[in-house]
Amino acid sequence: MDLSYPKEYEDFRLEVQQFLKQHADKSRNLGEEMGRPSSKLKDWQKLLIEHGYACRTIPKEYGGYGAKPDILHNVIITEEFNRAQVRRGIAGQGISMLVPTLLELGTEEQKRAFIEPTITGEMVWCQGYSEPNAGSDLASLQTKAHVEGDNFVINGQKIWTSSAHFSDMMFVLVRTEPDEPKHRGISYLLLSMDTPGIEVRPLVTMTGKAEFNETFFTDVKVKTDQIVGKRGEGWMVANATLKHERGMIGDPAQLDALLVKLIALMKEETVNGSRLIDNPIHRDRVLKLQARVESAKLHSLRILSNSLKQSFEMLPLLIIKLNGTHLSHDINAMGIDMLGELGVLYEDSPYLRSKGTWQFRYMFSIGLIIGGGTSQIQKNIISERGLGMPREPKPATN
Amino acid sequence: MEFGLSDEQKLLDQTVKKFVEKEVPLERVRELAADRQTFDATIWKGLNELGLFGIMVPEQYGGAGLNLLDAVVVQEHLGRQVVPAAYLSTAILAPVALLNGASEAQKDTWLPKIAAGEVRVAVGVSDLVEQRESSGIRLKDNKLSGKSLFVIDGQDADLLLLAVGPNNLALVDKNASGVRINELTTVDKTRGVVEVVLEDVEAELLGSEGQAGPAISRLIDCARVALAADSLGACQVMLDKAVAYSLERKQFKRVIGSFQAVKHMCAEMAAQIEPCRALVWYAAHAYDEIPEEAPLMACHAKAHVADVGQFVSVTATQVFGGMGFTDLVGLHYWFKRIGLNRQLLGGPEAVRQRAAELQGWI
Repeated sequence: MDLSYPKEYEDFRLEVQQFLKQHADKSRNLGEEMGRPSSKLKDWQKLLIEHGYACRTIPKEYGGYGAKPDILHNVIITEEFNRAQVRRGIAGQGISMLVPTLLELGTEEQKRAFIEPTITGEMVWCQGYSEPNAGSDLASLQTKAHVEGDNFVINGQKIWTSSAHFSDMMFVLVRTEPDEPKHRGISYLLLSMDTPGIEVRPLVTMTGKAEFNETFFTDVKVKTDQIVGKRGEGWMVANATLKHERGMIGDPAQLDALLVKLIALMKEETVNGSRLIDNPIHRDRVLKLQARVESAKLHSLRILSNSLKQSFEMLPLLIIKLNGTHLSHDINAMGIDMLGELGVLYEDSPYLRSKGTWQFRYMFSIGLIIGGGTSQIQKNIISERGLGMPREPKPATN
Repeated sequence: MEFGLSDEQKLLDQTVKKFVEKEVPLERVRELAADRQTFDATIWKGLNELGLFGIMVPEQYGGAGLNLLDAVVVQEHLGRQVVPAAYLSTAILAPVALLNGASEAQKDTWLPKIAAGEVRVAVGVSDLVEQRESSGIRLKDNKLSGKSLFVIDGQDADLLLLAVGPNNLALVDKNASGVRINELTTVDKTRGVVEVVLEDVEAELLGSEGQAGPAISRLIDCARVALAADSLGACQVMLDKAVAYSLERKQFKRVIGSFQAVKHMCAEMAAQIEPCRALVWYAAHAYDEIPEEAPLMACHAKAHVADVGQFVSVTATQVFGGMGFTDLVGLHYWFKRIGLNRQLLGGPEAVRQRAAELQGWI
């Protein structure tokens, strides 16, 4: 066990700290304009890329910083930005999912056309995967595309397309080979949201906000070269992307930040004149959560250490999404319980605490438990790929 | 940057694993349990030949001078194989107490004997965590009286290391006049837990009078981490056994491991066990290298693994169905070991109460 970093990395840490000292004020109140990055946020992103604190390993020719991949650099950047409570720059499905996929599987033209505008925040992407009848069984998706001349023509419907209403582009899975087995009949296409025939309808969720959309396709034409991978390879391409998404949902620093908020709340709020943290029942409950958060943080250090040694044990990775989403949900649930009747206040109510965020996150985190592979699907994956248990046999058909 | 076991620790891990799997199969555990023996000379000799009693004893006293993280690697295997080894008190707790509170003469007397496997120690500090049945030992006119409950590894131990209030530890020879030892029968037949009753026993205190508080705190921290490691080993085995059984056992013409209801139970166990490994390792590492974090991490490791242990021991038994409930497969040895570890030196609620104090919440 050696938790120290070699000197070159400690020097790197000093550089990051120096940068943050000098520039952190530029990261405050960046805001977004209708969900899209504001010009101030884009400027901040540009500065981060120039210094290698965003898009660090994306090659220079595609607008990145061009550093060699080094996990410890990423860890140090994350740690220092979290410590200074400075925003990391632009996030979103374009940067976190599409760009890594293009780097891995895209053509040279696609890389040149899409990566730079995406990482600078000029081009915003949404993901078209799930359908009303293809959720956990995503590979059964039915949105179809057939070829006419040099176009694919798409018809069908997608759901859960978050940010579709302000996105420029969509990466979408469509069925192009209807006669092939389901996993081999899918293609991964890139299309502009301005293409005629696309209709986006907001999907209001239980939080009261429209975080998602439904997207309808009627004879939408997409050039045949707007495909990533070959026809019928879309499932493999999408899995390369999902891999990036699953990693994204289990950030222990976020869990830690949430727990810190909960403990602060318990020290500030009083009930019958006593602080919540003075109640032994509440203390016991928050300490259980603290042990889970500590375990999650340490578990991620173990995974980091494994990957530095090029050892990729499956099981430790497979449990992250399941544990992380439920832990986040449990912390938010406790935040509400700590507020008691005040905990149900919402939106613009008098006496509202924490801007209603405990309720919002409590509900939104149910979405995270379900989205990106439900907890039940996660348990299937853990038992099959992690523990070597068999798939559930298909029932006999008549 | 390396989070995890070093190459030397992995080698230790493999060595201990090989030894316990070969020398202490379940049949051996059964025989000893039937005879109510929580100590076995052959097992002791084998562990001693591997140098495992001196693991935490500094080299100048004939030990290996290693750390709690190394000892935890050993303890996890003892839990994995439910070994009746009487290891915890002698190899881990006694050296910690001696190194943190004993006089030079006491260290010279006992540490070489411990390292050589020549003395068996039992440790009783339970009344400092939760006093019940008026337990506790008093010092008056240099004589010790009272009783210590749940003295760990107490069956046939030579030397008793007992708390005398929060600031003293006494070294008591089991043959000294006025010492009475009563065995306590617990569910776990792989560990000897006793009551020690003292009546006007000549006192030998560890170090100077009133100075053993820090040694006791270190001892309790270290015991909590080691008990967590023992339970973690037991949990891992229960999961492994449940998965293996589910791949053999057929019902409705399918292995039961192909039913999602069973798969999900196993996945939940794995999801809870995996992060415990990092927690236990880090708690041991904190004990060794980051003293300011050690007490809180020890509490978290103890309480959290106890809760995970309860879930895993019940769930794994459930996967075995009726067989899990019988003596035939012997799953209950692990179930009971986890059950004992959970209560020793504070159940989860008591330990979390301590975690709250450590953070200044009380």
